[in-house]
Amino acid sequence: MKVTAQPSADTLTLLLDGELDASSAIVLDTELAKPDILNYRKVLIDCAKLSYISSAGLGVFISHLQRFQDANVKLIFFNMQEKVFNVFEILGLDALMTIVPSVTEAEAA
Amino acid sequence: MKSALRIACSRVHLQQVRDFVRNYLTSRQLSEVAINQVVLAVDEVVANFIIHANSEDETQFLDLTLAFDQHDLNVEIADNGDTIFLPGPTPNPDFHAYIQQGRKGGMGMALVNRLMDRVEFFTRGNHTVCHLSKHLA
Repeated sequence: MKVTAQPSADTLTLLLDGELDASSAIVLDTELAKPDILNYRKVLIDCAKLSYISSAGLGVFISHLQRFQDANVKLIFFNMQEKVFNVFEILGLDALMTIVPSVTEAEAA
Repeated sequence: MKSALRIACSRVHLQQVRDFVRNYLTSRQLSEVAINQVVLAVDEVVANFIIHANSEDETQFLDLTLAFDQHDLNVEIADNGDTIFLPGPTPNPDFHAYIQQGRKGGMGMALVNRLMDRVEFFTRGNHTVCHLSKHLA
């Protein structure tokens, strides 16, 4: 699992590459836990190369959501593969998180 | 055709488990979503055995067996450790509460129950075994 951060003005884009499981979730958790992340207005999660997510990966996002909301930081997922979106859908998390098709919608959200 | 894998109880082997399940299912005409659902269910149960039942003790090991009966996939995950691990009834996760609490866990078995047709944990001697099954047409 590789996480690449691309900051630009008030937006931080995190590109996820690989499989997010109980072994690799710590890499993402470390990135989302950085205090500086709350200085951005939006954090965009580019899921184009995210090929797998388990409950451990979902848990990392859930555990930071309140902190982001309290700081008025929007968390937006985009470019999600169908099989990964299906995992959010099965648990009903697609209704609680902002998931949009492309970077254009993510930037406009 | 049956396929088997033995792994030590370390979460670094989860990738190997997923690849094993994917490779086994590749010969079937299944969608990526269907394959991923089975891979995820097995990954969740194996992660629970590794982390919660065996505290990541690498001297312990798990045995996985995959077999098709017509269109029904049967998965056995046998824990060779001596800790009996029988998850109780799984409540539906309350995500509003989880978000407020900043909670990371508590949804793995809920996922497994939604992904598979049948989920059973039982004891064999002093070991725990999990059986999963799913109809894959």
